[in-house]
This record gives sequence, structure tokens and C-alpha cells, in this order.
Amino acid sequence: MTIQQPQIDTSPKVSDEVRKTTCYMCACRCGINVHMKDGKVAYIEGNRDHPVNKGVLCAKGSAGIMQVNAPSRLRKPLRRVGPRGSGEFREIEWDEAISTAVGWLNELHETAPQKLAFFTGRDQSQSFTSFWAQNFGTPNYAAHGGFCSVNMAAGGIYTMGGAFWEFGQPDWDHTKLFMLFGVAEDHDSNPIKMGLGKIKARGARVIGVNPIRSGYNAVADDWVGITPGTDGLFILSLIHVLMKAGKIDLDYLSRYTNAPVLVNAAEGPENGLFLRDADGKPLVIDRTTGELTAFDKPGVRPDLSATYEKDGVTHRPVFHLMAEKYLSDANAPEAVAERCGIPASRIRAIAAEIARVAFDEAIELDHEWTDFRGETHSKMIGRPVSFHSMRGVSAHANGFQTCRALHVLQILLGTVEVPGGFRFKPPYPKPVEAHPTPHGDRRPGRPLNGPHLGFPRGPDDLLLDDDDNPIRIDKAFTWENPMSAHGLMHMVISNAAAGDPYKIDTLFMYMANMSWNSSMNTKGVMEMLTAKDDDGNYVIPNIIYSDAYSSEMVAYADLVLPDTTYLERHDCISLLDRPICEADAAADAIRWPVIEPDRDVRGFQSVLIELANRMNLPGFTNEDGSAKWKDYADYIVNHERRPGIGPLAGFRGPDGDKEGRGEVNPEQLNRYIDNGGFYVAHIPEGADYYKPWNTAYQDWAVGMGIYDSPQPYLFQLYSEPMRKFQLAAEGHGERQPPEHLRQRIKDTMDPLPIWYETDQQGNEGFTVNALTQRPMAMYHSWGTQNAWLRQLHGRNPLYVPTKLMREHGLQDGDWAKVSSPHGEITVPVMEMAALNENTVWTWNAIGKRKGAWALQEDAPEATKGFLLNHLIHELMPPKGDGMRWANSDPITGQAAWFDLKVKIEKADAPGDAESQPEFDPIKSPVGTGPKDLAWKVGK
Amino acid sequence: MTQLPQSTERKMGLVIDLDTCVGCHACVISCKGWNTENYGAPLSDQDAYGSNPSGTFLNRVHSYEVTPDEGHAQLIHFPKSCLHCEDAPCVTVCPTGASYKRVEDGIVLVNESDCIGCGLCAWSCPYGARELDQAEGVMKKCTLCVDRIYNENLPEVDRIPSCVRTCPAGARHFGDLGDPNSDVSKLVAEREGVDLMPEMGTKPVNKYLPPRPKDQIEDQIDILAPLLAPVAEEPKGFLGWLDKTLEKL
Repeated sequence: MTIQQPQIDTSPKVSDEVRKTTCYMCACRCGINVHMKDGKVAYIEGNRDHPVNKGVLCAKGSAGIMQVNAPSRLRKPLRRVGPRGSGEFREIEWDEAISTAVGWLNELHETAPQKLAFFTGRDQSQSFTSFWAQNFGTPNYAAHGGFCSVNMAAGGIYTMGGAFWEFGQPDWDHTKLFMLFGVAEDHDSNPIKMGLGKIKARGARVIGVNPIRSGYNAVADDWVGITPGTDGLFILSLIHVLMKAGKIDLDYLSRYTNAPVLVNAAEGPENGLFLRDADGKPLVIDRTTGELTAFDKPGVRPDLSATYEKDGVTHRPVFHLMAEKYLSDANAPEAVAERCGIPASRIRAIAAEIARVAFDEAIELDHEWTDFRGETHSKMIGRPVSFHSMRGVSAHANGFQTCRALHVLQILLGTVEVPGGFRFKPPYPKPVEAHPTPHGDRRPGRPLNGPHLGFPRGPDDLLLDDDDNPIRIDKAFTWENPMSAHGLMHMVISNAAAGDPYKIDTLFMYMANMSWNSSMNTKGVMEMLTAKDDDGNYVIPNIIYSDAYSSEMVAYADLVLPDTTYLERHDCISLLDRPICEADAAADAIRWPVIEPDRDVRGFQSVLIELANRMNLPGFTNEDGSAKWKDYADYIVNHERRPGIGPLAGFRGPDGDKEGRGEVNPEQLNRYIDNGGFYVAHIPEGADYYKPWNTAYQDWAVGMGIYDSPQPYLFQLYSEPMRKFQLAAEGHGERQPPEHLRQRIKDTMDPLPIWYETDQQGNEGFTVNALTQRPMAMYHSWGTQNAWLRQLHGRNPLYVPTKLMREHGLQDGDWAKVSSPHGEITVPVMEMAALNENTVWTWNAIGKRKGAWALQEDAPEATKGFLLNHLIHELMPPKGDGMRWANSDPITGQAAWFDLKVKIEKADAPGDAESQPEFDPIKSPVGTGPKDLAWKVGK
Repeated sequence: MTQLPQSTERKMGLVIDLDTCVGCHACVISCKGWNTENYGAPLSDQDAYGSNPSGTFLNRVHSYEVTPDEGHAQLIHFPKSCLHCEDAPCVTVCPTGASYKRVEDGIVLVNESDCIGCGLCAWSCPYGARELDQAEGVMKKCTLCVDRIYNENLPEVDRIPSCVRTCPAGARHFGDLGDPNSDVSKLVAEREGVDLMPEMGTKPVNKYLPPRPKDQIEDQIDILAPLLAPVAEEPKGFLGWLDKTLEKL
């Protein structure tokens, strides 16, 4: 046949219109172009102008079209008719739904607000949901940080006024060595991939520290297959080697950290506290004059070495304490190698490479800047080593101290807020002092006395009542976990079911799949949600749940408030909340309804406003009794947190030309839409590095409304708040911990980062580490309902390292019984060689319960898929001391998911060839999806 | 039997960097989205919410574990789509002329109105790069986004395949591999890019950049060791060093 090349149209019309909004397929919040045809979503791509993703988009984002059309979408409010957990509902009208909720809630608001526990899962509107809870008056509010990454967030804030991801990022354009510790892929999703691409393109080195060599670790130049939970030990050993070799930035340490701050060395109630002047400012010795001086006095050159005697009491600089602690041979590579599973020679090689890049490849930018002591510097010196870390390090019971250790390593190298290092994103840097303390009074009918969540400075900030009982249902901010800055969502249901510390009336949750993949002890949680008292009433009397999709948790609600999908709603990604800034710019963004719902559903935040208005909640009600806002869009535009400062920073003022501070602009949302759904305010050159100490940055931040006055501060290598808790445990002060917690607080709340073995008592015989990872193409339980994404990750075998496969006589496709002190599962296995030899793992949240997510009951996610959650209890195994200790970090309460230890044994395939345990199907309130799809909206 | 052009004016294709691909599947789904809505029949999915979901994809990412004789095992992410071969057996095997290679840019396409769904082309392709759409009964394959790369309704910067536009790590590059001075040709030369299965004689246009050598950090320790020479063996000596060093600051 000869060539008769057909004529094709190479310039077809792409769409009728492009609507620009913000993705919500995971937590990354990229900008997206939604191409519309005939009023329907035809195609989604990344927005090139957007600060987060600059045009690229991950698999989740591109699959959004399958999410907004997913058969699992809830369609109408639901009222439970069958027993809890059955999934039997009747559809009701919104009037009935709102009246029912108000009927339960209003009495609590007026009489006992603490009997409402309101927790909001993977909420991206926390500054609003917390405002609602505050005005309701309940102390019981938090989002999901406590079971996610509070260790990373709090460890960063307490150490240097910010952490990774939303708080800051590597200087991708200048860094020459990037070291990545265990990461949940969506923290940050596209920016890390873009950054890795930039680093790779210029041939710089990437070191991956992770027991599993997949994803980012697969492309790392060097892979460190560390033993889970020993990251802190490894980091302290790097610190040991670098300090001993003098490969630390003494100039940086003396100027910008509390290394020179003087610490009281005398026994007694002041031991370990800073020497301060009458204004409360920490004191240092000025190297030029030898005089005792406030740390921030103009011209002072703090001395890292001088001690100070006063009234017979010696005061030593923090740096002395660090030298004593970290130069000890206990931190030598040879002493930690076996426990970390990393040869000492490798630890030394990594330390040497860090030293080489930080000091021999230092870079200089010709940006003049002036520091807070008034000194002008002609250049910005960069030490181009950068780090990133998230959940892998966080989700251990020693995670807080490990996160602190990582930050201390960065600071010792002088690589935070310098070119090539780690850079904060506005509104960070923000020291502990600029954050609230926790609040939790109980005043019926009145708002809470301040924000729920905060950063305790010492025992006085704990939320304990006059009898030393916890004020919050999750026991956050108690001696059990004093610095629980994000609350403990994973303890709410078990505490409520146990009536400990008190009984609640209504559990109100939003997008948190607590009866399945978001809870430890999943089966136990299902039992708690359905437990009845002697009178046959549910122990948790009322459960309200809001979700857009038919998740496993829906079945456990008495009242279901169906939310919209992300393309059908208003939202704001706010500087008051968890913003999307870049190191060079402040930025925020909106979502807006690019399509209208085809179901009887409402955006959850607008429903909260309606509930508030029906209850006349303070904060939502004008003096004349009228409602301040009719819906969430109205709130986004018209709410002012402080005069001139609202949820959105862009296009403020009557003409829309003010940024940061400015009057309300009724046209603000339209201006955002016209601008592509976001707003960016660039940081001027010269203000872009050294932000915590740079007067140009501080002044810019005040102008933007980020601070009300300049807030220069020192990085806290030594954490005085932690020392205050230790002092209380040592018997000082009015508020002291109960006897059974004293030793633990003394041991764990060291003001300098330490490493300790996580509590594994009762785990004898369980020697294999077990982890989960989130696939790059899935966001927790959401991906499975997506017809495209589930074809990528529809199965989750247990990945077993070669050595354990051989030891147990296992082959791919065999079944294994995996047990922990808490439970057992029987699951299919698959060999993986690129894996720590004593670690097994599986993909997170692929396993589904039959009947959920509009899947057919024979879907592999429901038959072969499984959760490790069945093996993890919210409490540790009994130690024989009569108490049950939480499976959490003792400092922050962070859920210690990754401390799990298991035993594996070869097993016969279950009779029905389905993963065990199996649960009864729940009745789907939305039916199941169609058999086949051939999606094309354009004609 | 369908003839291939003796030569093409350009050789448009992809260069895929295996050193950078993190295996995120962004390219897979972006491709699915664009090509479902655009060229030819939609890419259908069977049993979409059931026990054996299976759909048509023009681009898939496979992962392979490689265990070297010495050192740690490695995981390589390997995106695969039509390589737009110069000697494309899928074209010459086509009984109806539906499969063809374009003279102007070398893109291999299927003219769906002439395709009878016989599957011979998929059988002849050594790369498994073609998939028969079960709903439409026609052969689907990578079009190199022929309806994007010349599309005057798109901004010029977006006239690239959707997989390249979306790739977060920048591991995919698009250009004329027939032009030795193009960016992609220079990249291939610099990074010693390779053909996939050259022994098959298909002369693929797409190229792969191989992963760089891994796990070499300990090999440098002899050079780097002096960097770690202790300033002092004892903590007291360390403080002495500290004082001396601070003097110099």
C-alpha cells in the first residue's frame, strides 16, 4: 500500500473556557487550569503562573476529573435508620439536617460546650473551623496534625521558628547537597519533585535516608537504608563528627542562635534556665568588651565560650553544654552503627561530604543586608547543604527530639536561611513567642478565651483544671504530652468511649476516616463507635460527620452532612492558616465553584456558618442579632481577624490595590479569579535570606501584616520551655507532674536534642519493623474511588526483604501471618530487595471495607487489600505497672505509627483467598459505580 | 502491508531521564486525561469500580528492581510509550493502512476510521506500546500529542506533549532528534542516551538517559578523610580550639 497520509486537524479547539482554581487531590495545593466544554470539566492541567507547581501537575491532580465525577460522591443529607455501622440511612432535606444538628448542638453551647468534640481531619480551613469551635465554646477542637506530623511542625517551631514543607523549603536553585529523610510524598508533592529535577539537572548530589528505596529514594545518588526509629541517633552521630572536626559555623552560631546564651549551672529551681535582664532578655557575654549584655544590643558580638559568675553561681553558654553532650564517644559512628544499620565508614563519609560542601563549596550572593543588631553585611554567605524530612522521622515516639536534632544539625552548619540551605516561607519564620499558648476554659454560652492550640512555654500553660484533670477530651497539653501543639485526634474516640477524662454528647467530625485507615486499632474503634451502655444507648450519643464521599466513616454517623467536591466550592488557602507561600514570596489562594453541584450537597464551611447563625454564636452574630455572614464566600471576603487583616491578603482595600493589610474589598474573590485563583507578594531582594534577623525582611513582614512589630530572635538550640517541664519533674515549682510521669519527663524532655529507644516493652519476640508509605499517585483513602488512579495502585502486598523471604520460605504470592502484641493479619507478600533487611512495608490506605467508596464488593482493595492499622494499638502493651501508656511521643503526643514491630510467619492462603481480618460489608448509601467508562465531554 | 516513508523531515520524539524519574505516574494520568478528551476515541476503562479494572493507557510507568553484584539493590522507574520508530514494524504489518508514520515529523499514528482492530500491530511491536481499546475496538497509541504540538489554540509554550508539560521532575524532554543541534539531541549526547532494545532493529526515535552510578559516597572517603580530622581529642581541648578560632573571627 502506498503512503496516503490522512489529513488530521492538528489545531482542534481545546476548550470553551479555562477556569483557574486550586487543586485538592492532596495537601499540596497546586494551581490548576480546568478546561471546560459545554459547562463540564473536560481536562485539568497545572497552572504555569502558580507559585506552588509552576505548571506541572501530579497524577492525582490530573485525575481530578474522575474525582469530581466519582460515583462515591454523597448526594443528599442522611439520617441513620439502621444500627451504627450498618450503612442504613434515609435521605433527608437540608432543613431537617440543620435542625437536627442545631437540636443537638445548641443546648451544649448554652450549657456544657465541652460535650461537643469537633475534630476536622484533613481540613484546609483550620483558621475558620477553629474560629467556629472557639465561638461555640468547646475546648475540644483540633485537626489531624496529632496523628500526622506534629513532631516535625512543633520540633521546628520550638527550635527555629518553622519546620519543613509549609514552613520552608530547600533553596533548590543553589543547593549542592540535598539530604532527604523519610517523607510522605504529598508533603510537599510537586515542589519536591521539581526541586529534585533541578538538583539532578545540575548534577548535585541527593542522599536519601529511608528504610525503603522507592520514589525519591530510588533516584537518590546514595541510599541510606536506616533502621526505622534511629534517625536521631544517626543525626547526633553526624553532629558528633562535624563538631569534633570543627566543621561548624561558629560565626553563625554566635550571631543567630542561643549557643552563646548563658545558662544557670547551679542546683535549684533556676538550674538550666537562661540568665536574663530586667526586660527578660537572655544575656550573653560581649566578646569585644567582656561585659554581660542583652543578646540583641546593637554591635554586640556574643561569645560562645565565656562563662559568667554571679553571687557564687556559674552561668555557662549553651555551646559548652552542647560540646559536653555531643563530643561524647556515645555519639561516635562506631557506637551507633549497628543500631542504625549503617556502617560507621558510611556515617563518616556522609559527614565528610556535608563538611566539604558546606565549607569548601560555600557560595556568596552580592546582596547587602542589615541585621537586627544594626550591622550591615555586604554579602550573603551560603552553605549549600539542605535537608528535608516529614512523617518518616515524625511518627515515632522519639520523633520530636529527632526533628530537633535535624534542625540543630542544619543550624550548626550555618545553613538555615542562607543561600543554598533551608529557607523559610512567609509567614515563617515565626518564633514560639509569636505563637499563642493553648486555651481551654469552659464557659457555657461564651466563646473560648483564646485559640485552642498553641505552644506551651512551660507548666503554667498546660490545660489542667483545678484538680489537675485534663480539660480536653484528647488530653492534649497535659503531663502525658505537654507540648501537644496539634491536639491528639487519634485519642478522641477512645477517650470519649471510655468517658475519660469525661463523657461527651456529640462527636462532630469532618473528612477524617476514623473508622478505617485514620485510626490505630481500627476494629477497636468500630466497637467504640457502636458501644452501648447498660440502658442500650450509644456511649457516644450523637455522631455528626461531613464528607464529600462515601467513606468507611459515613456508616458510623447518625447524621451525614454531604460536602461538595473541590471544584464545586469556595475555599481560601490563607496566610492565617496553612498557606502556599514560597521562600521568595507570600502567597495565598482560593477555590471557587468552577462547576455547580449536580447533587443536593453543600460546602461544609458554609454549613458551619448556617449552624452558627441558627445558634447565634458569638463571633458570627452582629450586635443587633443579625448574622455577620451568609456563607463561606461572604466570610472569606468580609471577616477581619485584626483590623485590616482577613483570610486573604491580596487585593485588599476599596480599590483592591493593597496587600497584606487593608480594608475589606467586596470584589476580592473576583479579583482572585481574574488573577488565576491566587495572589503573590514578592519579598524584595536583600530581604530574601537571613529572614529572622534581616531588618528589611522584618519590616516587609510588618507591612504585610504577618507581624505587628519586628520579631528578630535567636534559634533555640537549647529549648528553655523543655527545661521548665524538666524542672517541674525534678520537684520545682507549683505545678508538678504526677509521680508516675516524673522520670519519663526528666528523661525525654532534655533541652538539647537526644535520642532514646522508643518504648517497646511487651514486644518481646516481635523484631521486624513494619511501615507504610503513601503512593505518589494516591492521597490517603481518596485514590481508590478514582477509576484512573486505582488502576495504578489497586493492590498492596506486604513487601518483604529478600533475607526475610528466604528465612520464612516465602515466595511472591504466598500468604503470611503478620502479628504484633495487639493483633494479627494474614496478607499476600511480595519480595523487595531494595529494602532495609529487617523491615516490611505496604502502601497506606489501599485496603478498603466492602461497601465503601462505591466499589463493588469484589474489588481487590476490599478482598486482597489490607491495613496495618489492625496491628497498631493506641496504647502500648501492658508493662505490668498497672497502667497503659499511650503509643505516642511523650512530648507532643504524636501518634507513633512507625514504631510498630511485628513477627511474620508463612501461612496457608485463607479459605476465600481474602486478606484477614474481614469485616461485614456496609450498605453503600450511594450504590456502586458503573461497569465501564468512556469519558469524553466534548462532542 | 503499509509502507513507511523513506525518510521524515523531522524526527520528533521524547527523551526520558531514568536518573530523574521518581515513578510518580503524573505523565500516565495527564496522557490519559488529554487523550481521552482529544484525538480519536476516548481511552475507555472496563470494570472501572470492580474486581479487575483495566483501561487503555498510551503511556505506563513500570518499576524494575536491579540488584548489582556489589552494593544495594536499586529501583528503576521506567516510563514507556510508543517510541515512534524509524523502522516501525507496527506500520508495515498493518493490513489496512490505518497505521502510518507521518512524513513531516515521523510521528506514528493510527487512523481510527481505517483500523479494524485486528491487533497485528500490537503483536508486532516489541515494546508493547499499543493497546486495543475494548470499548471502541480500535488500536490506541501515543500520538506524541499531535493535536497539541501544532495547536494554535494553545499558547506556544504549551505546544508540547501533555506528559512533558506535566512531568514534575522534568524527566521528560520533547524535540527533534533528527536535528543534532536540538536541545534534546545535545542532552542525549551529553548523557549518553540509549535506544531501547536496539537489537530489534526498529530504530526508535525516543531515547532514554541512563541512571547515573549510585552509592559511591564511601569511595571518596580517602579524599575526604582530612576534612574530619579532630580539632582535639578531648572536650577540654575542643574548648581551647574554640577560643583560638573565635579570636580569628
